[in-house]
Amino acid sequence: MTLIKPTRRGVIQAGALAGAGIAMPTILTAESHAGYRNAPQGSSVTLGFNVPQSGPYADEGADELRAYELAVEHLNGEGDGGMMNTFMANGSKAALKGNGILGKKVEFVTGDTQTKSDAARASAKSMIEKDGAIMITGGSSSGVAVAVQGLCQEAGVIFMAGLTHSNDTTGKDKKANGFRHFFNGYMSAAALAPVLEKMYGKDRKAYHLTADYTWGWTQQESIAAATEAKGWETVKNVLTPLATTDFSSYVAPVLNSGADVLVLNHYGGNMVNSLTSAVQFGLRDKQVNGKNFEIVVPLYSRLMARGAGENVKGIFGSTNWHWSLQDEASKAFVKSFGTKYGFPPSQAAHTCYVQTLLYANAAETAGTFNPCGIAEVLEGLQFDGMGNGPTEYRADDHQCFKDVLVVKGKDNPTSEFDLLEVVEVTPRAQVEYAPDHPMFAGGDLGQCNPGA
Amino acid sequence: MLGLNKKDTGLFIFVICVTALAPFIMNPFPADSAMAQFNAGYPDLMQRFVIFGIFAIGFNILFGLTGYLSFGHAAFLGAGSYAAVWMFKLLSYNIVPAIILSVIVAGLFSVIIGFISLRRSGIYFSILTLAFAQMSFAMAYSVLTPLTNGETGLQVYNDDPQWLKGDGPDATHFFGLEMRSTFELDLGAWSFSFNVGYYFCAVLMLVAFYLSMRIFRSPFGLMLRAIKTNQTRLNYTGLNSRPYTLAAFVISGMYAGLAGGLMASMDPLAGAERMQWTASGEVVLMTILGGAGTLLGPLLGAGFIKYFENIFSKINESVLHGWFGFLPDGIENGLIWVAEHFVGSGWHLTLGLLFMLIVIFLPGGLMEGATRIRDRFSGDKNKKDTEGKYAPAGE
Repeated sequence: MTLIKPTRRGVIQAGALAGAGIAMPTILTAESHAGYRNAPQGSSVTLGFNVPQSGPYADEGADELRAYELAVEHLNGEGDGGMMNTFMANGSKAALKGNGILGKKVEFVTGDTQTKSDAARASAKSMIEKDGAIMITGGSSSGVAVAVQGLCQEAGVIFMAGLTHSNDTTGKDKKANGFRHFFNGYMSAAALAPVLEKMYGKDRKAYHLTADYTWGWTQQESIAAATEAKGWETVKNVLTPLATTDFSSYVAPVLNSGADVLVLNHYGGNMVNSLTSAVQFGLRDKQVNGKNFEIVVPLYSRLMARGAGENVKGIFGSTNWHWSLQDEASKAFVKSFGTKYGFPPSQAAHTCYVQTLLYANAAETAGTFNPCGIAEVLEGLQFDGMGNGPTEYRADDHQCFKDVLVVKGKDNPTSEFDLLEVVEVTPRAQVEYAPDHPMFAGGDLGQCNPGA
Repeated sequence: MLGLNKKDTGLFIFVICVTALAPFIMNPFPADSAMAQFNAGYPDLMQRFVIFGIFAIGFNILFGLTGYLSFGHAAFLGAGSYAAVWMFKLLSYNIVPAIILSVIVAGLFSVIIGFISLRRSGIYFSILTLAFAQMSFAMAYSVLTPLTNGETGLQVYNDDPQWLKGDGPDATHFFGLEMRSTFELDLGAWSFSFNVGYYFCAVLMLVAFYLSMRIFRSPFGLMLRAIKTNQTRLNYTGLNSRPYTLAAFVISGMYAGLAGGLMASMDPLAGAERMQWTASGEVVLMTILGGAGTLLGPLLGAGFIKYFENIFSKINESVLHGWFGFLPDGIENGLIWVAEHFVGSGWHLTLGLLFMLIVIFLPGGLMEGATRIRDRFSGDKNKKDTEGKYAPAGE
């Protein structure tokens, strides 16, 4: 039995079709000529803002999105320009002109990470593949940042990390296409430990509750190491799933553990719930080992402070930036954010806004959107006028180095936004570490990938 | 052809054509037009269509034929993904060993869970599978962190052993053919992408679909249907039905494992949330939405849900402003206020409404809708009033 009986006409027709098919590839897209993925066509360039719109970090995500919209406005020359007026790169005024990036109008697409690695990657992938995003930024969880950073490395676009505080993001999971402006767990610990020693003394027993993922693990490790160096003892570390909303079963055993300090390695909604739970159990009124029981929240934000309300009073932590800072850049940013939305920005909003401007400036300086050109500019970039004082993007691991703020929940807040006060500005030198520090070792930046 | 009857051959050829031409079908709108928002023809989403199609086809073998409603199938999907990523970490980025191992692991896993869960039927079976799946999720999420990397998800690192890699590519590949390589075809204003990964998944999906057709038409399939119709009566005839249900359970578990392995092959990361009960619920929705017990239904349902998840969730406020921009401000803002609850992060609401409408008016799922439309047009009057013709047998 023959399935196919070739006829002369059939063969000629099939040949013609096949020929047409082979000729098709000559109608190639311009993308492959430009030498990198998603080279902007026409008069606009698309950025991808991938933020949590649901889940425990949804508040941060919403604020990040506001900051991105503001940054896009400023880049396109609308609004008052915010930090574009104060931004100094390598000692001279930034290259941004307020006419988009490289003369192309900035447009953006948004996606929901759901604070899940899988969903975040799917959302980033669709922005890259469908919408032609040239850069992905955002996120409020280190698990997501690490996952999306890996994706961007494979796909060949730049990833400007949003709020991610794990050591791993620029440690063992660092990637050549990924950049982080936010500080990390090690820096928090290095800034916080001396203050804690001063306030609570050398002889303390700490009990850690830790969010069970890369950020929690590395922050707990950093805090434990830094406080133990000051003479503290770590009694116990309990891992809590990220999706937990009721922490009472985790808080109850703290009282009988003999610990006199509770360290909450939680962020966002997690921290609001765990702190509230701890306060409701009366931990803060207890005396243990002859000392007042204390609670520490190493990574703080105003959004969390608002969520936790009264409970944050007198609690120490660290933060990347706070809206009450009085430098020109911070004031300009707070003013333009406040004018648009009616309230001051959070640290998540700040870091995302800054990352967008840094990216735009790098593209403008490099004269191209090619990820490798942009990475070259960002590596070793010294900049100022972005709210954190002089800052450097270290070339070895793509981590920003700058001063770290130690903050405390205000005892007498004057408004619903005035919840934190800056206790100390820890200088950069004190929080700096070598790129091959054991807590960051094992990673490999690899080569920058332009994706085509 | 291939041991199928005429009608099934036609259906199979139809499915082959649709999957082969999907890059065209999914991108009906020009790339720069306002409607491009609704294009679904990009590699990631097309891969998802066929991968979840495989998942739903497999689930349908269990649920559609035997009526056993498993709420834990995501566990097999997740197990398959983890197995695949471990193969990438240990051997190389070649996806063949990864996919084979993921099917085997999911198969073994489903033998264990199936053996225990199938001692009960009905709601108790569902609860047992749900419990097992949640246990697997919790284990993957925290207990087995060294094996699964917890919440961050298992990834491949530059310093992983990858013993067989040699000079092979740094991305998942099928003997050198990279899954991510895409050929872009621009025809005037339209642009279409042909992705290697998609076609690889599509071929496996067609194989899976063919196998499921053969199972549906086999004596084994008939036995499974008998179990759904009346298991007690079957037992009274002296027949032990458990080996049959277990076989169906393991087969559908292996389908889920294949889907999981393919997911990891397209994007080498495995997250624990793949095992969560919501993921198990999703495949139930897909099957019911498409039409449980039908051949094509699960595929349709999978496509439908994935389309909503990826396209509707991307429509944000500024897109809406673009659409309604021509209206007066007051009306515009009002419309946007209403609309934004149904798109963006509110896509679940739209999907929920559609699901309700379909379950109420088309109990046989999308397939029933298709059949009704066909009957209407073919003018087959005498079929119309046979009430219950569309309802799945034995419900």
